[in-house]
Amino acid sequence: MAGIEVTALHKRYPDGTVAVDHVDLSIGDGELFVMLGPSGCGKTTTLRAIAGLERQTTGDIRIGNTLVNDLPPAERDIAMVFQFYALYPHLRTRDNLAFPLRAEGLPKAEVRERVDEAARLMRLGPLLDRRPHRLSGGEQQRVALARALVRRPRAFLMDEPLTNLDAELRADMRTEIKHLQGELGTTMVYVTHDQVEAMSLGHRIAILNKGRVEQIGTPLEVYERPASLFCAAFIGSPPMNLIEVEVADGKLRSKSGLVLTPPPSLPRDRCLVAGVRPEALEVTEPGAERSVPARVVSAEWLGDEIIYVVDHGGQRDVRVRMPPTVRFAADAPVGLRHTGGPPPVYDASTEELVA
Amino acid sequence: MAVSVDEVVPTGPVRDHTRPARRLGGRGRSVLEVALLTVLAVVMLFPALWMIETSIKENRDVYAIPAKFFDFKVTMDHFKDVFVASGGGRSALSVSFLNSVVVAGVSTVLATVLGVPAAWAYSRFGVKAKKDQLFFILSTRFMPPVVVVIPIFLMYRQVGLIDSKLGLILIYAAFNVPFTIWMMKGFVDEVPAEYEDAAMLDGYTRLQAFWRFTLPLLLPGIAATAVFALIFSWNEFVFAIFLTSSDDVRTAPPAIAGLIGGTTVDWGLVAAASVVFALPVLVFAYLVRKHLIAGVTLGAVRR
Ligand SMILES: Nc1ncnc2c1ncn2[C@@H]1O[C@H](COP(=O)(O)OP(=O)(O)OP(=O)(O)O)[C@@H](O)[C@H]1O
Ligand SMILES: [Mg+2]
Repeated sequence: MAGIEVTALHKRYPDGTVAVDHVDLSIGDGELFVMLGPSGCGKTTTLRAIAGLERQTTGDIRIGNTLVNDLPPAERDIAMVFQFYALYPHLRTRDNLAFPLRAEGLPKAEVRERVDEAARLMRLGPLLDRRPHRLSGGEQQRVALARALVRRPRAFLMDEPLTNLDAELRADMRTEIKHLQGELGTTMVYVTHDQVEAMSLGHRIAILNKGRVEQIGTPLEVYERPASLFCAAFIGSPPMNLIEVEVADGKLRSKSGLVLTPPPSLPRDRCLVAGVRPEALEVTEPGAERSVPARVVSAEWLGDEIIYVVDHGGQRDVRVRMPPTVRFAADAPVGLRHTGGPPPVYDASTEELVA
Repeated sequence: MAVSVDEVVPTGPVRDHTRPARRLGGRGRSVLEVALLTVLAVVMLFPALWMIETSIKENRDVYAIPAKFFDFKVTMDHFKDVFVASGGGRSALSVSFLNSVVVAGVSTVLATVLGVPAAWAYSRFGVKAKKDQLFFILSTRFMPPVVVVIPIFLMYRQVGLIDSKLGLILIYAAFNVPFTIWMMKGFVDEVPAEYEDAAMLDGYTRLQAFWRFTLPLLLPGIAATAVFALIFSWNEFVFAIFLTSSDDVRTAPPAIAGLIGGTTVDWGLVAAASVVFALPVLVFAYLVRKHLIAGVTLGAVRR
């Protein structure tokens, strides 16, 4: 087991595409580290560089204390699970699992023992004598995970391993992976573009955008205080409301007059944008205390909550999360007020967090 | 390959002709369809049938007027003549058949051994100007081979490859490599690169990964491609007749053609030799009949 250090990683493909611009990561030993970002932001490329399947243009990668820049994948002692599971189609489950061990030249008895152990962990007993094409997607995924664990590698790399599964199975597998990682205590780098997966799995999350790291933090940090406007818009569903605000006599006020709880210190002379979570707002009867007049544009009833889209004084499409007991009709005149603590505030031009 | 195009294309027009007949109702349409297809089949098959008939007729029946379709005596003498010389021993034709087997076989193996790894490399690696390179490779097949026969002849004379089996093997391989690369690239593209990635993480080198995982998955594609190359080399006539002259080097196509043109033509022998010559192609074409259609669109093979 080992931590992974990525320093100033830069990857440019031969056709000139810069897939990874500048990435620094410091992944602790035993950590479940999630890389999250939109499609094409360089997650897979970063992961493949760590695995040694892709040679970085510049930058260093260390696994444990070893500089692995020039080591072929086979010598890095890591296991990877692919989005497309890459089980060898001509081998039975048992042989698929045994394969990496035979490559290492382990004695037969030990191979069998380790295969049985991995099969037990992933509950593959009845599947051991089937070939991949006779396994369901979820089963293939379990076999792929088992194949990664038989080797007892120093780290697991996972590239969107659950994308091809249906929602229910995905939730199950998520729990399973998290449990397994905790049990084994092996470092895991997990790539996904699904924020729910990232939030529920990661000890820490790195948010990538256009080949750069926008933020690294625990799920809570990333949710509460997104480090940039990009992160603010990316994390959360529905996403944060980005409201243009100005500072007036110690208060944070939107153009329409909505008053927000101010953070302790604020730069004055800049265009500011506040990130307000839908649950930090409240739809009220029109004219309620501290509220500004607004109008309901639409309401999405989700069973356990209602997402109201409201329009208030020129700011369109503000999303508000309300309990299902509070009902307002579409087009009804209502009030809108802020109920949460100080929101993160961003500089509108640099898009960085300022308070 | 021209064979496959000809075989595939006619079905289109035939269907089109039947379309107006739909107004005649179901029966009229199917009668017309059957009639047209029968005409087509007769036109296509008659030469082949006539060849087979001639090969088993005695010489006086061959020349009989009016032609004898059914009531002739069957003889296998012509087939014997194909393989056995008149004074006993091996005939010149049988030597040329053996040459054909050697030349077509070795050139196909050569083209496959060179073309498959090249196709793999083009499919897997970021080669500089990949598209241009692939286009250049394909462009060597744009011109009809006969265009280069004179320059090749002159070059071969300089380097002493004239009238040698090696010379034919090399030129056939040269024509088959581009084809193999294009066709195989389609097959390699369909084998996910992740298999190799996974194998490399499991402790294999890239070449081992290719050899142990990708190659077995490519075998059906390789077989189909090799059969195409084999048929091309087996049928090739122009280079064979220009670049070889002696009996012990000559392949079957020029040897069979050489039977015609003396003072008398032994049509029975020509027909029997042609039947023997056509058999392997028929067998192979049958084996890859699915790919014949797909193979028309080079490299775009879908299984
Ligand atoms: N082999 C390659 N050659 C050239 N460009 C590539 C190659 N592989 C990826 N890219 C480009 O590099 C960028 C990053 O790709 P990457 O696969 O790392 O994205 P990703 O974050 O994994 O996206 P996704 O969520 O869609 O998997 C993309 O713009 C992609 O088009
Ligand atoms: Mg990816």
